[in-house]
Amino acid sequence: MSKILFKKQLSKDVFLMRLHAPLIAEERAAGQFIILQINDDYGERIPLTIADADNKEGSITIIFQVVGKSTLQLSEKNVGDEIPALVGPLGRPTHIEKFGTVVCVGGGIGVAPLHPIAEALKHAGNNVITIIGARNKELIILEDEMKNIADEFIVCTDDGSYGRKSLVTEPLKEICERSPKPDMVIAIGPPIMMKFCSETTRPYGVFTQVSLNTIMVDGTGMCGGCRVNVGKDVKFVCVDGPEFDGHKVDFDNMMARLNSYKELERESHSCYLEQEIKNKEALQ
Amino acid sequence: MSHMTPEQLSENAKQLIVDYLSKIDELKTKDRMKIPAQEMPAQDPEIRSHNLDEVALGYTMEQARIEAMRCLQCVKKNCVDDCPVKIDIPRFIDHIAHGKIDEAVGVIKEASLLPAICGRVCPQETQCQSNCTVGKALKDVDKSIAIGRLERFVADWERATGKIAIPDIKPETGKKVAVVGSGPAGLVVAADCRREGHHVTIFEAFHKLGGVLRYGIPEFRLPNDIIDKEIETLTAMGVEFKTNFVVGRTRKLTDLIDKDGYNAVFVGTGAGLPMFMGIEGENLVGVFAANEYLTRANLMRAFEKGKADTPIYPSKKVAVLGGGNVAMDAARMAKRLGAEKVYVVYRRTEVEMPARREEVLHAKEEGIEFLFLQNAKRVIGNEKGRVKEMECVRYELGEPDASGRRRPVLIPNSEFTLEVDTVIVAIGNGSNPLISQTTPQMNVNKWGNIIVDETQKTSVDRIFAGGDIVLGAATVILAMGEGRRAAASINKMLAEEIEKQKL
Repeated sequence: MSKILFKKQLSKDVFLMRLHAPLIAEERAAGQFIILQINDDYGERIPLTIADADNKEGSITIIFQVVGKSTLQLSEKNVGDEIPALVGPLGRPTHIEKFGTVVCVGGGIGVAPLHPIAEALKHAGNNVITIIGARNKELIILEDEMKNIADEFIVCTDDGSYGRKSLVTEPLKEICERSPKPDMVIAIGPPIMMKFCSETTRPYGVFTQVSLNTIMVDGTGMCGGCRVNVGKDVKFVCVDGPEFDGHKVDFDNMMARLNSYKELERESHSCYLEQEIKNKEALQ
Repeated sequence: MSHMTPEQLSENAKQLIVDYLSKIDELKTKDRMKIPAQEMPAQDPEIRSHNLDEVALGYTMEQARIEAMRCLQCVKKNCVDDCPVKIDIPRFIDHIAHGKIDEAVGVIKEASLLPAICGRVCPQETQCQSNCTVGKALKDVDKSIAIGRLERFVADWERATGKIAIPDIKPETGKKVAVVGSGPAGLVVAADCRREGHHVTIFEAFHKLGGVLRYGIPEFRLPNDIIDKEIETLTAMGVEFKTNFVVGRTRKLTDLIDKDGYNAVFVGTGAGLPMFMGIEGENLVGVFAANEYLTRANLMRAFEKGKADTPIYPSKKVAVLGGGNVAMDAARMAKRLGAEKVYVVYRRTEVEMPARREEVLHAKEEGIEFLFLQNAKRVIGNEKGRVKEMECVRYELGEPDASGRRRPVLIPNSEFTLEVDTVIVAIGNGSNPLISQTTPQMNVNKWGNIIVDETQKTSVDRIFAGGDIVLGAATVILAMGEGRRAAASINKMLAEEIEKQKL
């Protein structure tokens, strides 16, 4: 059981919550994630990256986007409500050291897991360049937080409603062309964005680390649902990752696997919405 | 196999028993050998392949007593020798024959804590029933005394009476034992250590208890009520449970000792990453490890469509790779989830299948098709990256190898394709990497299994291990046996420390 201590809506579909989880707050490091369930019997296990933690309060922060029934139900929870199952921290922490110049690229909701990593990299003495992007202004999150730790900060939107009108790959390419090249790129966001960031840096030979959010059930190295092709190997995101060399990840296969249940999920989401509407009508 | 209804079996037994009861103490070996072996009542295959209810329904009292009367009460007890926990089998069976079921309970509980579970999932035909004198004399292992069914009968009888005895607990010692994992090994350690008066905490990564008993073995073979009952008993004994707790991640293993004051730790984290065939197309959409498929269906309740939020792949034609219990469970679950055709593809023949005999027979009755001496070569996908067929190859049995087993030999150019939309891989598990990843000082072998000595002690002080994390993929009863041995070592270590403190 884990109580919701704080809740804030960041944009139309994006929410931030602080959850009471003192042990996880104590043990977690940048790059790790949790799994939660909003129903102990029939709930789905939702993996979410830890965006921040507060040891004093004994809390962790999660930021999530409503994409289906479970995340919609989570967004309907309020301060004081309990999350019946919360487990973590899972996955290997990000390896942090002084690399030199690191470009941190965050797309959409991916800025949430990127923030603690960028922060840790800055703390380790790196020159941190941050690029954050989203489809439109409304979907930009954690702008101030990212700006505060960045030595250089770029924000872009697909539609030009805020910042530079471009995909994140454009400024990323320009930075790769600088001399000296950046020492490393960390890209976190939707799979397609991570794929294109990796393709952008590949010709420049800049190591690009991506953080994968695949289908997962247990998240502790038992079910094998999270497997991805990395180079010639099959890796398991929950115990080998979530971070991998973007130049080696088979994104196309990963994206196909992510869509395994898409139709079923769409069905379940619309059923749930219909039911909600009926319930509300009944109340009225 | 013709399916006899439970009513027919019960009626037959009722008629038979009258005769035998009158001469129960005069039965000669010859008479006993003539008593018909009692078939296990089971749900009708057509009905059960659409529900999750338990397939085997259990003996009636009459059936159990008749089956028990078949036992010759041998002086040399082969059955006991072949039982991993050494239950005094002839003695408990004799109590059943005489209708003294509560005494039979007592005999079993001397050696086994979880008879309702073992009676259901132990591979009896390779253990206690393998060298049964009756089976040998009748030249048919299936005609051995049905020890497992009798064990289950006794355990179910005890549960039905609602008076499960809570074992005596010795006075509190003030020592603390941490048990990592609530599967069969962990449950046994918890019970054995708690009985000695130590405080016991079980840490479980999942939100529900039972480990593989819950996420792996389907309810049609082991209903959740039975696991719940065993856990209730542990709770009544004062065992503490912490779910959603991943030792290694939520807390370092060694921190349990260094920071949280546990005096001993037992690691029973069970099976790890599933093995795959290493063939082309294995990551296509529609290829699952049996672990994932079964966890979705069992633990996450995906079988209850509309209620459960966890989706399960909508399959019409399924190929299951492997020949063990997990393969049988996955195949039968796929059928129950609505698959029209389910194949079990196995490289050897039926004789070599490691699955429990009863599960194979049940699977056949339910219409699962077995493709023996065949194996997957590659999985072929459609333009969306989803499974559309599987290419297979055929084998034949070659000359016996050093172990006397005839090895399957590939038949050249024997390729053929099987039209399937789902492939479930059930060829075993590697070790769980979490503990070794986060406890580098722990010695593991090249497969990642924890190395223990004959007392189940690991290379790290005060830490013991057992079950699949040590054995690789094994059985419930072997895990329990390891748990029992580990608990004895922990209890001994703690008793010595308590003695020293007194001096």
